[in-house]
Amino acid sequence: MTYLAKPKLHHPELPVNALGFTRRDYEGTISTLCAGCGHDSISAAIIQACWELAIQPHRVAKLSGIGCSSKTPTYFLDKSHGFNSVHGRMPSVLTGANLANRDLIYLGVSGDGDSASIGLGQFAHSMRRGVNMTYIVENNGVYGLTKGQFSATADRGSKSKRGALNTDEGIDLAILALQLGASFVARSFSGDKAQLVPLIKGALNHPGAAFLDVISPCVAFNNHEGSTRSYDYVRHHNEAVNFLDVITGKEELTAQYGPGSVQEVRSHDGSLLRLRKISEDYDSSSRIAAMSYVQSRYAHGEIVTGLLYVEPEAGDLHESLGTTARPLNELGEKELCPGQAALEKFNAGLR
Amino acid sequence: MKPTDIGAPEYFHKVVDCQWACPAHTPVPEYIRLIAQGRYSDAYMVNWESNVFPGILGRTCDRPCEPACRRGRVEENQGEKPEPVAICRLKRVAADYKDDIRARLPRPAAKKNGKRVACVGAGPASLTVARDLAPLGYHVTVFDADPRAGGMIRTQIPRFRLPESVIDEEVGYILDLGVDFRPNHRVESLKDLLGQGYDAVFVGSGAPRGRDLELPGRAEAARHVHVGIEWLASVSFGHVTQVGRRVIVLGGGNTAMDCCRTARRLGGEDVKVIVRSGFEEMKASPWEKEDAMHEGIPILNFLVPLAFTHEDGRLTGMRFQKVKAVRDGRGRRSLVPTGEPDPHFECDEVLVAVGQENAFPWIERDAGLDFDEHGMPVLDAVTLQSTAPGVFFGGDAALGPKNIIWAVAHGHEAAISIDRYCHGEDVSVRPPPLTTLVSQKMGIHEWIYDNQIVPDARNRVPLKELTIALKDLRQEVELGFDPELAWKEAQRCLNCDVQTVFAPRLCIECDACVDICPMDCITFTADGEEAEVRARLSAPARDLSQDLYVGAGLATGRIMAKDEDVCLHCGLCAERCPTGAWDMKKFYLEMAHAGPGCRAGAAPREERAGAPA
Ligand SMILES: Cc1cc2nc3c(=O)[nH]c(=O)nc-3n(C[C@H](O)[C@H](O)[C@H](O)COP(=O)(O)OP(=O)(O)OC[C@H]3O[C@@H](n4cnc5c(N)ncnc54)[C@H](O)[C@@H]3O)c2cc1C
Ligand SMILES: Cc1ncc(C[n+]2csc(CCOP(=O)(O)OP(=O)(O)O)c2C)c(N)n1
Ligand code: SF4
Ligand code: SF4
Ligand code: SF4
Ligand SMILES: [Mg+2]
Repeated sequence: MTYLAKPKLHHPELPVNALGFTRRDYEGTISTLCAGCGHDSISAAIIQACWELAIQPHRVAKLSGIGCSSKTPTYFLDKSHGFNSVHGRMPSVLTGANLANRDLIYLGVSGDGDSASIGLGQFAHSMRRGVNMTYIVENNGVYGLTKGQFSATADRGSKSKRGALNTDEGIDLAILALQLGASFVARSFSGDKAQLVPLIKGALNHPGAAFLDVISPCVAFNNHEGSTRSYDYVRHHNEAVNFLDVITGKEELTAQYGPGSVQEVRSHDGSLLRLRKISEDYDSSSRIAAMSYVQSRYAHGEIVTGLLYVEPEAGDLHESLGTTARPLNELGEKELCPGQAALEKFNAGLR
Repeated sequence: MKPTDIGAPEYFHKVVDCQWACPAHTPVPEYIRLIAQGRYSDAYMVNWESNVFPGILGRTCDRPCEPACRRGRVEENQGEKPEPVAICRLKRVAADYKDDIRARLPRPAAKKNGKRVACVGAGPASLTVARDLAPLGYHVTVFDADPRAGGMIRTQIPRFRLPESVIDEEVGYILDLGVDFRPNHRVESLKDLLGQGYDAVFVGSGAPRGRDLELPGRAEAARHVHVGIEWLASVSFGHVTQVGRRVIVLGGGNTAMDCCRTARRLGGEDVKVIVRSGFEEMKASPWEKEDAMHEGIPILNFLVPLAFTHEDGRLTGMRFQKVKAVRDGRGRRSLVPTGEPDPHFECDEVLVAVGQENAFPWIERDAGLDFDEHGMPVLDAVTLQSTAPGVFFGGDAALGPKNIIWAVAHGHEAAISIDRYCHGEDVSVRPPPLTTLVSQKMGIHEWIYDNQIVPDARNRVPLKELTIALKDLRQEVELGFDPELAWKEAQRCLNCDVQTVFAPRLCIECDACVDICPMDCITFTADGEEAEVRARLSAPARDLSQDLYVGAGLATGRIMAKDEDVCLHCGLCAERCPTGAWDMKKFYLEMAHAGPGCRAGAAPREERAGAPA
């Protein structure tokens, strides 16, 4: 780890966003992860995405579990709210926070161990409830923090640093998320910010449960020959199906594309997702097609990346529960103590 | 793009902006680190070897290094006023706080080599030649018309900027090397000198003539109108000890600044500087202007002198025309009258400091060397050899009035030329500089250098209280940094000589260096033409005077392009690199100095005495 604070000096021409902030204003303290860890690149991509979207840092809540990946919220958005929870329990803390204050932007950051091993149940339920959040798994196939044991996402047949073979089947969290009803599902690679940053932006804008599986090599324990999460392996087996442009507000739509190569998806808030297709016949509006494509390519040893599925008009947990439109902390005595008559009416409904 | 050849000495030399800009290529960051460590004598010696007059230059240098300093660039647009490191005044700290370093200086040659070299003038150019050649065994004879050595350092630069003791000390170090100094000896004829059998002659006679202003009333008011550099010399020699109460100084260069400040100390109460053009266009360095204004001297601009006014053979004042600057269609600037009435300023004395010229009355035009249409000797710009093979020039005599550090740089180059010439070798073959590149890695994240970047603004040099300073011509105005302030200022140096060195074959393209770099210097990107690559880096690389460092041979076929422009040399890229593909290596460059190593048959570079690691 580096002991110095990152110098405050920045490039003299560093641009500012609509809020007057530079990208550097979205940073956190300097990372204590191993030099070269993919997780640090994901932090950089989150910083870039939040800056580009001109998000007010104090409107973001960062939540995480336990693991190297779950430590990363310290390294970005140091003006945001943060909750470093218990191993595998980030989804329920996030769900609770979201129910209490629906006005914040919820960013859950987790690891493959945190979400697919100990936290698999929590993961599943937050997806099927449709919590409005961006849920990022920094997937390195190992428990980095506890020195590199295989996690539940490690591919069957991949080799540990000490040569042991993984004999258990790996869980594909993106497939699970699709199956469990997440309304924005993507996969990317920490080493490809051009693809990753727009996906994070798209997820942050998405009105429902957005899940991102980001392959993120662990340089210390899972970057060797025989690993299926190494920089080299992922570069050689990465099959990107599309590239996303996130267009917010009144930006000019200038780029030209060949017919059939672009799919445009407009969300209810007016922002536009533009998918530049790389794979001609990939259709990200079909959940079933997405699952079958990802699995058939996996059978061929390929890792499908890109925006796998999006349902632009997704609803969320608040909608299904019919909760109040205002955050609980904004409710006054009048709303909280509606009086004897209201209580009578309520009790009558339970009889 | 072509991968960068970091083996070429210029590549990393250019990255050390200050050293590159210094005419004598002083290893600036090296001496600043030594000062920070309290190793003042070592810092002094690093300077002395390159620029010969650290104590003098630490007070007076024109400091071409400071506008070049990276610190000024990286502080841009971050709130504080961007300012370079106080490189020059740190040099003075080395001189002020060093121990007795005489034992570390070269000794007079034990054995003479039988060659005789004559130097005309004892200014910094000639003294540098003498310093480089005398220890090699040359018999160096230095002639000067003045009684003491130092040239304009002694006769022109006022004592309140440069105490005489500092001149005596540093000039003394050179004369003590067994130099044959002939004071009060004006050389009246080059032919004569050439006839005396010297193996080589070095002309370091300066640019001794101050320009006058031929305007109506000049002759009538002659008693109270003086040419600046002649007047300053008279002050220096003690011939002039007072000045009128109201003084006008004409001219906007550093000589004008010395004239007005000197006048303030000789009894001038109402002293003003008047310049033709705008304040911004003045030739004087910004700090010289500041110092003058700090002493209560106004600078009036856009006034063209018309006439000296006088009464009964006494100067009464000067009349000026008010002008303004206008640009023509092609953007050329000219001064046109504003049409307002011509202002008149009363005064008792005028000092004319409107420029300096070369003059070689003692060089016969048939002495065997050519002069150009401006009356300047025809020279080879690198070797400083004239068209008469055994005659070399340097300092103000070579290229017109410049400054001390250029005179020193010329002196070193001329000494190499003379040494090769006296050994029958081709003077156009130039010795390369001595360079070393040494890793600074000590531990995983520990470096031999201090890589922490401080946010501090430039520290001001404390000054003597004005009322005391103005009382006495010999009171040095600047007190200099004390060790504590010097340490603070030294922390602002970015260690630009500690280079980021990239090894493509080790890189796994994890982006860690890209993500950590506070200045967005590093990009991994597709190869292309330089102009187009510059436009699509993490931050656009618009400063074309700064190189792109290109590394190729990466697994993805991309290139690593690093814009050297605003790199902080903080080493974070190397700290965050998992494979050691980045390393921080100290680049040390020492210019070649005359001697056996610079001649044919010299040992290959590596075998020569190493520089400090
Ligand atoms: C007022 C003033 C202030 C200055 N301030 C600064 C400053 O702050 N910093 C800076 O860097 N530069 C300054 N300069 C410029 C600097 O002094 C010169 O650039 C520098 O001294 C040039 O060095 P030199 O060796 O070429 O010649 P000089 O220093 O000019 O020395 C030439 C010597 O040759 C002698 N000489 C000439 N002809 C003969 C002859 N025929 N026989 C024998 N001797 C002869 C002269 O007497 C003189 O001593 C200043 C100049 C002036 C006029
Ligand atoms: C309840 C509980 N069980 C076990 C642990 C030990 N533990 C700490 S981190 C970790 C695995 C983290 O793996 P992952 O989420 O993939 O994070 P990574 O370090 O790989 O980024 C484990 C098992 C714990 N902290 N708490
Ligand atoms: S152990 Fe692995 S996951 Fe953890 S910081 Fe190091 S490289 Fe990253
Ligand atoms: S030393 Fe490395 S990290 Fe620091 S500014 Fe330079 S390139 Fe960036
Ligand atoms: S940190 Fe090192 S390995 Fe990673 S991209 Fe930079 S140079 Fe390459
Ligand atoms: Mg993990």
